[in-house]
Amino acid sequence: MSGADFVPLSLVPILIGVFTAIACALPGNFLLLRRQALIGDAISHVVLPGIVLAFLVTGSTGTWPMMAGAAVAAVVAVVLIEAIRRLGRVESGAAMGVVFTAMFAGGVLLLERSDTSAVHLDVEHALMGNLESLIWLDAEGWSSLLDPVALAGLPPELTRIFVTMLGVAAFLWLFWRPLKIATFDEGFAQGAGIRTGALGMALVIVAAIAAVAAFDAVGSIIVIAMFICPPAAARLMTDRLEAQIAWSVGFATLSAVAGYVLAGYGPLWFGGVNAVSAAGMIATVSGVILALATIFGPCRSRTGAPSGT
Amino acid sequence: MLFEALTLQLGYNATLVAVGAALLGVAAGVTGTFLFLRKRALVADAISHATLPGVGLAFIVMVLAGGDGRNLAGLMAGSALTAWGGLICVQAITRRTRLSEDAAIGAVLSVFFGAGIVLLTVIQTMSSGRQAGLDGLLLGSTAGMLRQDALMIAAGGALTLALVLILRRAMILVAFDSEYARSIGLRPDRVDMMTMLLVLAVTVVGLKIVGLILIVALLIIPPVTARFWTERSTRVAAYAGVVGGVSGYVGAALSASAPAMPTGPIIVLTCFVLFLLSLLLAPERGLLAAWLRHRRFQERVHIRQGLLALAQGQEVYEPLTIRLLVRKGLARRDGVPTEAGRARAAKALRDEHRWQALHGLAEYEAISGLYDGLRDIETVLTADQIDELDAVLGGPREVTP
Amino acid sequence: MTHLELAADHGRMVEAENLASSPLAIRGLTVSYGEKPAIFSVDATFEDGSMTAIIGPNGAGKSTLLKAALGVVRPLSGRVTVYGGPLEGARGRIAYVPQRASVDWDFPARVIDVVLMGLYRELGLLARVTGRHRSRAMDCLARVGMENFAHRQIGKLSGGQQQRVFLARALAQDADLYLLDEPFAGVDAATEKAIIDVLKALNAGGKTVVAVHHDLATVTEYFDRVFLINVRKVGEGPVESTFTGEALQKAYGGRLAVTQIDGLALGAV
Repeated sequence: MSGADFVPLSLVPILIGVFTAIACALPGNFLLLRRQALIGDAISHVVLPGIVLAFLVTGSTGTWPMMAGAAVAAVVAVVLIEAIRRLGRVESGAAMGVVFTAMFAGGVLLLERSDTSAVHLDVEHALMGNLESLIWLDAEGWSSLLDPVALAGLPPELTRIFVTMLGVAAFLWLFWRPLKIATFDEGFAQGAGIRTGALGMALVIVAAIAAVAAFDAVGSIIVIAMFICPPAAARLMTDRLEAQIAWSVGFATLSAVAGYVLAGYGPLWFGGVNAVSAAGMIATVSGVILALATIFGPCRSRTGAPSGT
Repeated sequence: MLFEALTLQLGYNATLVAVGAALLGVAAGVTGTFLFLRKRALVADAISHATLPGVGLAFIVMVLAGGDGRNLAGLMAGSALTAWGGLICVQAITRRTRLSEDAAIGAVLSVFFGAGIVLLTVIQTMSSGRQAGLDGLLLGSTAGMLRQDALMIAAGGALTLALVLILRRAMILVAFDSEYARSIGLRPDRVDMMTMLLVLAVTVVGLKIVGLILIVALLIIPPVTARFWTERSTRVAAYAGVVGGVSGYVGAALSASAPAMPTGPIIVLTCFVLFLLSLLLAPERGLLAAWLRHRRFQERVHIRQGLLALAQGQEVYEPLTIRLLVRKGLARRDGVPTEAGRARAAKALRDEHRWQALHGLAEYEAISGLYDGLRDIETVLTADQIDELDAVLGGPREVTP
Repeated sequence: MTHLELAADHGRMVEAENLASSPLAIRGLTVSYGEKPAIFSVDATFEDGSMTAIIGPNGAGKSTLLKAALGVVRPLSGRVTVYGGPLEGARGRIAYVPQRASVDWDFPARVIDVVLMGLYRELGLLARVTGRHRSRAMDCLARVGMENFAHRQIGKLSGGQQQRVFLARALAQDADLYLLDEPFAGVDAATEKAIIDVLKALNAGGKTVVAVHHDLATVTEYFDRVFLINVRKVGEGPVESTFTGEALQKAYGGRLAVTQIDGLALGAV
């Protein structure tokens, strides 16, 4: 693998994959501990109606309207789920199922009924993304990393997802303490003056932003997988929250790199000629890691004295 | 065109599909009820997403064996196989580790789906062009459906429905009270497994019409909708069947009536409209009814509290309480009670004393448990009993206003 | 001014004094889950430096009263003052110990991490945890006899040990008012002794302790005041004068046999 091939073709997709995986896995840790793992699933389904509506309203496929539309859809979905759960007294899993399927169906219908053939907007892309196409044409080798002209030609997705990842990390760093307390003991947190409702909503919105930024480059499947699999595997490795976060970042990075390499070069080893879906392979690798953690993880079984004893 | 579609005049295939979708909807609604009652609605999401690698594998195997990769029966068999695998994984993760079921569901659905996507790209490279039929399985499509496919869907829907009807009693028993079910010789884990198999059957049959991403809606939305209309589990199942059946039928017919009307989304949205109507308008659990009830309840609490405060010469702090008292003509704006207010206040305080006396008397134990601060004592005691209580209390009788 | 107006004026002054001097005063508090009030129009004035048991039958609204006082559940009506002012301004002076069963003990944290949570109001969002904070947390653990478990995963503790950790977290808050929800529920005898010793020591140091309590047999031994509740307030005052057979009968209805009550209540002995 020479630099002349690797840097223009593979470096950027791998970096985007890694940043995406980390941006999703970080809030995923808290969603997992709050028994809200499937919020990630719901959010990534409603991204589609969000971007379709944004396109129909603004008439452009520019990045910002799309991201705004997707973010709005995510917030609407979360608010709807909460409203149906509380007002309609429907169990949260079912409320989620009602909202995200209906919104996804609405998105598909809008897409089919409106003339979007001229623009690159379809369900398949929304699901699978197109990580492989994010190449860095201006690069000629490792030296390009120091060449301002070549750097200016980096795909904008890379900057976007990198900034998003930093933003997500900053949120967790800033609100680490209240998040930890509110996740462990909501009653105590409220007694200490933490506004747990607002904090929970903020966490979901941050997750939504990560999902939206990631989705643009890699599609929804990878987003759901990265929200859940690395934190879940990390949960089986340790009994300390700080260590769990570190493990999840490690697993996310490993999934992204190994998944991309396997998708790009794996078929060649078996005599194939074409690469397979990198997004799909990254999700698959994260699943393999989780499976290994399920079997060998040192902290895989439940602890906690049953209450009332 | 719409009218023709709803009255089944769009040809033999469209009719078969509409009937099949209706049967499928009924089966999905009834089966989904048992998932919903066991609070495991989203297990269906894992099962349905886990069909994708099976579809891909079946296609590859059929092509390698020299057949047509798009044979629906083969694809359905393959999808059932991996969906089963996904279900086993969800159960293994939940039982063997500390991870909760929602995490297991999310992990399985994303990983299996990701693996399925990988297989689809493999298929693209091994025989370009021939995978065209597979995209339709994601979102459902009835366009250009073969007669034998339509027949198979109608038959599959009917068969699933028949199985659901046969097994419904056992499933209701387990969903309602698994301990009791065990005592009369049912094995709850086996019944749960049968429920899951039915979910799997619904998913596989619905693959072609609704698509694997949206089939879960047909399992979840009808029971949630039905729950708004009744408190009885057998009726929830029945109503859910109706909601699912209507959605399937209307959705399939609508989609046959116009181009660019993908079947799956139309069915789901029809279902969602029924859900929204129920959420807003259902007589007991609907939002409108609940809101009105809450308003009335809040009014009663505030008025009662205000009257008690007035009777004891305390100040009424809450602006809302004063507003309500004024509106009912029980007090003036400055919080001073009117004549009627004084009488009602005295009565409220008297009732309160009666309730308290009641708490001390063993023979009224059952009644004293009904105390909630609001109930008029006449609604639980006869006039004689009240007289008896007043004798215990002593003091002057109040004059009825 | 008329005679009546003077009396009303006097009433207002007494009320203002009550509110100002009480660590926790509740007026007209109604909380409802759905359509049935859990507590109805409750007034309560907890005295500074007292040790009060909140008692009443199951479902009488004991925990709800505490939660509403802390703003954890939203009341339908009523108001709460803490040290004469609104709750928000006085949060730093309250320590709350929720029911042990209300949290997920499988959470990835060690004993010391949970105790450090008690320092939240002091540390805020970003201040670093220093050795001084850690040694304070260790002191609190030592006061409940748990200093040797500081680095144990919380899920590996027994129920009584978990309750002690919760108490240590409250101690770390260094508050003036301690609100405890069933601190003795389902704990072993040694833990019960350790907890009551700590609470009595706090009380001796001038702190106010309010605990939801379910064991009538120990009320007179542990507490100096009681607050009896059964949806409405049934009684409030010193144990000697308020914890009587008559009051218990009112609070518990026929659920306690009269002989049982006579054996428990002070007034009857």
